[in-house]
Amino acid sequence: MIELKGISKKFGDTQAVNHVSFKVAEKETLVLLGTSGCGKTTTLKMINRLIEPDEGQIFINGENITDQDPDVLRKGIGYVMQNIGLFPHYTIAENIALVPKLLKWDKEKINSRTQELIQKLHLPENTLAMYPHELSGGQQQRVGLARALVTDPSVLLMDEPFGALDNVTRTSIQKEFKALEELKRKTIVMVTHDVQEAFELADRICLMDRGEVVQIGTPKELLYQPVNDFAKKFLAGQRLALEFKVVNIQDIWTYLPKEIIQASESESADLSVWDAMELLRNNNQSELFVSGADQAIKSINFEQLTKGFNQYQNAQLHE
Amino acid sequence: MNEQQQTLWQFMSGQSDKLLGQTLQHVGLTFISLILAIAIGLPLGILIARKRKLSGTVLGIAGVLQTVPSIALLGFMIPVLGIGAKPAIVALLIYALLPIIRNTYTGIIGIDQHVKEAARAMGMSKGQILLKVELPLAMPVILAGIRTATVINVGVATLASFIAAGGLGEFIFGGISLNNTNMILAGAIPAALLAIILDALLSLIQKMDFKKLRKALYIFPIVILVLGGFYALPTAYGSTLTAGFTPEFMGRQDGDLGLKSTYGLKIHTIVISDAVMYKAAFAKELDVISGYSTDGRLKAFDLKILKDDKNIFPPYYAAPIVRDKALKQFPELEKSLNLLSGKITDSIMTDLNYRTDYLHQQPERVAKDFLISNGLYKAPKNGHNGTVRIGSKIFGEQYILAEMYSMLIKGNTDYDVATKTGLGGTKICFDALMNDQIDFYPEYTGTGLLVLLQPDPKIAKEMAHDKEKTYDYVSAEFEKKFKIKWLKPIGFNNSYALMMRQKQSKELDVNSITDLKNYLDKN
Repeated sequence: MIELKGISKKFGDTQAVNHVSFKVAEKETLVLLGTSGCGKTTTLKMINRLIEPDEGQIFINGENITDQDPDVLRKGIGYVMQNIGLFPHYTIAENIALVPKLLKWDKEKINSRTQELIQKLHLPENTLAMYPHELSGGQQQRVGLARALVTDPSVLLMDEPFGALDNVTRTSIQKEFKALEELKRKTIVMVTHDVQEAFELADRICLMDRGEVVQIGTPKELLYQPVNDFAKKFLAGQRLALEFKVVNIQDIWTYLPKEIIQASESESADLSVWDAMELLRNNNQSELFVSGADQAIKSINFEQLTKGFNQYQNAQLHE
Repeated sequence: MNEQQQTLWQFMSGQSDKLLGQTLQHVGLTFISLILAIAIGLPLGILIARKRKLSGTVLGIAGVLQTVPSIALLGFMIPVLGIGAKPAIVALLIYALLPIIRNTYTGIIGIDQHVKEAARAMGMSKGQILLKVELPLAMPVILAGIRTATVINVGVATLASFIAAGGLGEFIFGGISLNNTNMILAGAIPAALLAIILDALLSLIQKMDFKKLRKALYIFPIVILVLGGFYALPTAYGSTLTAGFTPEFMGRQDGDLGLKSTYGLKIHTIVISDAVMYKAAFAKELDVISGYSTDGRLKAFDLKILKDDKNIFPPYYAAPIVRDKALKQFPELEKSLNLLSGKITDSIMTDLNYRTDYLHQQPERVAKDFLISNGLYKAPKNGHNGTVRIGSKIFGEQYILAEMYSMLIKGNTDYDVATKTGLGGTKICFDALMNDQIDFYPEYTGTGLLVLLQPDPKIAKEMAHDKEKTYDYVSAEFEKKFKIKWLKPIGFNNSYALMMRQKQSKELDVNSITDLKNYLDKN
């Protein structure tokens, strides 16, 4: 659990961060979202004391971080950054083993943990002996992630982790990232300026502007209950796509056809409307079987899906 | 050309012991100073990369030190550190410092900020970041600095021979003063090769990738230490006294070679420039030196000349040499020049030199004082019956003599005088005389024989130790070959001489070179 209490930071005359407070629950992913210069990265870096705040306190698992030795604190927090920052003079294996070596793990333990991670992160075995410059950008970012995860820290900080990647690579890594069991156990604070990415990965989003928190809430809350014009405008351009992603089949269950059918295989109703549409289009199916929370299975086609979604949206707006 | 190469090869193989010793000393000097420069420069570079405000000051000071001419720097060192290895190493260290500090600084501040941030974020301490991230990543740049420093040091180390620190400079500068091309090349070629080889080796290390570089970095300090250690090897020569000889003296038959063959003198010898030799003897860093018998410093530093009882040093009696034509043109000239004949002994000349070199009196005043006290001075007649042109070489003694001659001519004849003093060396003076640019200048019999006439070595040897024979021979030959007349000798003999401190000479009861040899054999 991470808690920020009234954190402020000035660089010269610029108020980079102004009285920011939030809590991140155990195993929650909080995304700091905002334009560049809004103070999100500064906020993140104060959590592992790369930057010291001028005012306020930060607690990790109930402990004030200023009471801890910064080097010890940082060894216990995973950190992934946009520029990855792999050591160019270390092999991939050595880059991953960096923190375990600082913690004086034995070789056996380091090796088995490295093997485990490269399998989970889909890195080919032969990359271990290579140097960072020999890897593609996507592979390098996986190594950066492996380096942050190797000691299985309970807290992970990510600064625009996919920012340097091309769109195709980014989308696929985001998916893997979301599916990674290891990440679901962690308390994560992630910084991004990419709204799609925030909605894809966040449990809750903290929208920031000019060093201050504008709104903290679930993606759905940000979409449907924006607190002010800034929050509304920030999402405006991508609204429809975001709604497709945020709303899942369960949400629109009541607006789907009533008949219940028998089927041996079916998708979970946690599926977002976006993903359901993709399934229908990509598999060239006319129908998709979905099982709801009540264990009933419904068959839906593209038309029924959009119609149900529209009805749900109308209901939300009139609430 | 072919002959030249062969004799060079012969020279090098003949002197192979010396050559090897000098090369090892050279490598040793280069690397000892390099180790020290790294030991000082690397931490300084790291410091100014941390505290950037200091960088301007530190780099500025190192830069200024770099621009001090090497000879001058060596000169500054002597009062503080004496002669020998110490000042040489310090001077080399100073030259090596700038490239090492600058490259360490540039290398470290040039590292990708994100890599440093990642290192911090991973929880590495400052020390760990320095050793595991900053230094390894800056290493190619730092190595480039070390490479520059090494090449500079190989070059500057040739000058170490000026202050008795050895190295290939002994051959190079010995060769220059002896006009011996083979000797120059025997020092210069190995020095150039050393620079090229070391540069190539370091460039190999510099171009290695990180994997190989890591191994190389373990070997590198060991290699430097071993090479630096060479310097400690050779100097084991167990005699109780130490001699300092000039590079020229070392290579001459009428110098160190003669001392060995004729006297059988065995003394621990270091090579040193004559500019610092006398002072070093005075400061008890050296016990025996090879000086010039009328040098003013003999008096200034209270030194004593050891008697050359086996006559290995040829006589260098000074006398004016005049073109025959000038003698005809100025009939009274010979008479007035001969007024000085036999008047100046070795000790008088030494005293006169002392007054100009050490008391910094004007040669004109010294000359006048001498003439007055010897009753030779006459007020100038201010005559206009033609102008006699006097030449002199570019050292104190010759200036004094030129002034005396000028006064004698003006006081005793109706001729006017033009002095053309400070003509570079023997060759320039003599060419000026031959080409009717001057009418006469003071020359030395030994120089006339060995440098200007260069007779068959057999004749030279036969002649060289006899004052009268040499004078007669050069007189006759100059008249025959050049139409130049040697007038009567002035009296003093400015030859090579071995010298000791007066006090030590008395204590050890060493008055001649044979005494010295006997003393050394006993102790």
